[in-house]
Amino acid sequence: MAGIANMRLFRIRGGVHPEDHKRLSAEQDIENLPMPTLLHIPLQQHIGVPAEPLVRRGQVVRKGQILARSQGMISAPVHAPTSGRIMGVGGYPAHHSSGLLVRTITLRPDGYDEWDDDCEGVAEPFALSPEEIAQQVAEAGIVGMGGATFPSAVKLNLHKRYRLDTLVINGAECEPYLTCDDRLMRERPENVRDGVLLMARALGVKQILFAIENNKPEAQSAMIKAVEGYPELQVVGLPTRYPMGSEKHLVQTLIGKETPARGLTADIGVVVHNIATAAAVNDALRHGRPLLSRVVTVSGGAIRQPRNLHVLIGTPLDDLVKYCGGFYDQPARLISGGPMMGQPVPSLRVPVVKGSNGLLALSEEEVQSREQMPCIRCASCVKACPCGLFPLSMAAHIRAGSLEASVELGLLDCIACGSCSYVCPSHIPLVQYFNYAKGELAARQRTQHKQRETKRLAEARTARMEAIKKAKREAMAKRKKEMAEKKARETAAQEATAAASSTDKQPKEEAQA
Amino acid sequence: MSDEPLVAGPYAHERSSIGRTMGLVMLALLPATALSLYQFGWPAILLFLLTITSALLAESGSLYLMGKPQKPFLLDGSALLTGWLLAMTLPPWAPWWIGVLGGLIAIVIGKQVFGGIGQNLFNPAMVARVALLISFPLQMTLFTTPVPLFSPQAPGLLESFHIIFGRSPMYDAMSSATPLGHIKTELSRGITVDQAMGGADSIDQLLLGTASGSLGEISALLILVGGLLLIWKRVISWHIPVAMLGTLALLATIFHLLDPLHYSGPLFHLLSGGAMLGAFFIATDLVTSPVSSRGQLVFGAGCGALVYIIRTFAGYPEGVAFAVLLMNACTPLIDHYLRPRIYGRDRRGEPLSYTDSGEEA
Repeated sequence: MAGIANMRLFRIRGGVHPEDHKRLSAEQDIENLPMPTLLHIPLQQHIGVPAEPLVRRGQVVRKGQILARSQGMISAPVHAPTSGRIMGVGGYPAHHSSGLLVRTITLRPDGYDEWDDDCEGVAEPFALSPEEIAQQVAEAGIVGMGGATFPSAVKLNLHKRYRLDTLVINGAECEPYLTCDDRLMRERPENVRDGVLLMARALGVKQILFAIENNKPEAQSAMIKAVEGYPELQVVGLPTRYPMGSEKHLVQTLIGKETPARGLTADIGVVVHNIATAAAVNDALRHGRPLLSRVVTVSGGAIRQPRNLHVLIGTPLDDLVKYCGGFYDQPARLISGGPMMGQPVPSLRVPVVKGSNGLLALSEEEVQSREQMPCIRCASCVKACPCGLFPLSMAAHIRAGSLEASVELGLLDCIACGSCSYVCPSHIPLVQYFNYAKGELAARQRTQHKQRETKRLAEARTARMEAIKKAKREAMAKRKKEMAEKKARETAAQEATAAASSTDKQPKEEAQA
Repeated sequence: MSDEPLVAGPYAHERSSIGRTMGLVMLALLPATALSLYQFGWPAILLFLLTITSALLAESGSLYLMGKPQKPFLLDGSALLTGWLLAMTLPPWAPWWIGVLGGLIAIVIGKQVFGGIGQNLFNPAMVARVALLISFPLQMTLFTTPVPLFSPQAPGLLESFHIIFGRSPMYDAMSSATPLGHIKTELSRGITVDQAMGGADSIDQLLLGTASGSLGEISALLILVGGLLLIWKRVISWHIPVAMLGTLALLATIFHLLDPLHYSGPLFHLLSGGAMLGAFFIATDLVTSPVSSRGQLVFGAGCGALVYIIRTFAGYPEGVAFAVLLMNACTPLIDHYLRPRIYGRDRRGEPLSYTDSGEEA
């Protein structure tokens, strides 16, 4: 009988132990949310270039039909989550704290949920070549479903540029409240396993480490049972500590090597994929189903019935809240994702996207927001930082406006995990400072780039104009000389004759760039 | 939806606050303080209350002058703690104005002129103690033997007012040197440590708190208990106390082994004077000590070495306050040079690189 792999784990620096609140939803089976009346499917649900729409208003589409195709190297297509009619392609509030309008396809479901004929699975997906697997994953619009939403196929192609030996499946789910990955592992362990094996095949790696935090014993045993007979696949129990699910820290815990700064885990031979991504890969290859839906944890102290819902992409968040019995009282915070790294939701109108793993309605008691006090240099943030940074000094420099000094202290190595803010007794919003500084630096860089470009163009123009002027001057001088010579000749030839007017022959176009 | 401004996460927080941190420190100080106040009776209690009141009033006045809100800063417990710590370092029967002046110096000069909580470079309580010690050496070195509350010789409340606010003949009658002071005096008279120790308080007395000294010097054992509580509650880390006491003990051991007649042993050094209080409650002051673990080790070791050097080779019998202040001055430098290694980078800040075999280059 297989068990948790008996494997040496390595200690990561820092981290915190937030109250995990997983009990709220961990025992709730995944339920299918009833069909919404409208779906809003944004064209950008991934890191990279937005997809390009292929449908028009009024068009009837079937479930799984492509709605927008990927553009460029890093992009992902989007598909119709159900059959229905396209109501339009236009601006709709984004699933982002800004709530800005983004290009979105609106679909009115017809209720039949009819599959497109093209959506056909492969009987023997393991017979596919690595290239074919990556190709199909790309066509299915699969992105990293842990929240990062990086197109998965790009990561599956990393073996072309890096020497890889290990695939790590991230089942840490270290954010408090979230239980969607936990439920997937408990309820569909075979799907997850097959997806993992397919990805390992695409990557050509021999070792697969299935890492699950020890606060999910049911998921661990479900996966252990599912991987029996697959010796290349090991289930590893991770210590429960935030941010264990941070890709680079997870890899360090497992193999004891740090990913070089500004590098990828592929630099040390490892690729990390998420549980839900693995399940989606299995669905795409075996059943020919593109990424149309996902599991979302709806939880928090302000929600009446915390649940794990299987939701179509594009479903308004409001539908999820209603299905979960609404709010006890007005939530202090509405968060998409976990409480540590999640984003505030601007409104319940915004749709579920590929990266939405949780919708949290947090009560005042849970948020624990307080008046900010001065820093007392207690060093809690230094101890909590998993990246070895100096959060207090970085924030002090940023507050004083010297962003470069904070970069020197490692601002750009910050993974924004929020451990420092979480422990700060003065309740200083450290992550806010760091996000501001990162944004400001990026903006400055853009401005600088623009200025450099402007300068370069202006200098080129000046040089060009100079060249033109010079050419003109030379031409003029040449003509003057010719005229003088001509005149001299004429004068010499016909001394008595008056000077002939030559102005009518004058201006000649000169070269202009 | 909430009307709160859009602030980046996390949207969860540990149950921590400055008030909680300060509260834990005070809780840790409570056993030793209670014993000391019991041992020295009403005059000590009056001085203790006066010092704290003075610190709080100074804080309140400074906040008023600086236009800062009173409530969050006065209630965070920091001024109270500063006053408390200062009181722990004063001779228990010192006159009233020592406490009042000390509270003012600690808060106004030690803390608020730097910009208030978190901004001061030096430990405020130690600034006040050193200022008092240098300005009023007589009052600051006049110690009394413990006379427990309600014991026959103990002064009553009225008599205590006389002791603190005026001059009472009883004060002089009760005076006695601290163990460290005693040894220093005896050594200067050419008497060896062994002989001097005979007249000084024994190690048991130092542990349990029946030796003379300031309030905070009274019981090394209870201070240690409080310190362990702070470490357990993660208010402080073990680095500074261990480095400080370790260095002090190491130096004491070396010199004691070399010449037992002129240098007292490590246990005496650890348990006497302000070593324990200094290691767990003064040097570990969050604001004025380094933030990285390595920095704290250096800082603690520096404090320990300075304490030993001052006690042994300098003019003062005790040197915790001076040692801590000197090391406080080094804190920015230590913080600048001793920082944790950044993930994915080597100590020089360059990205890690691996050779082909997978070993670190």
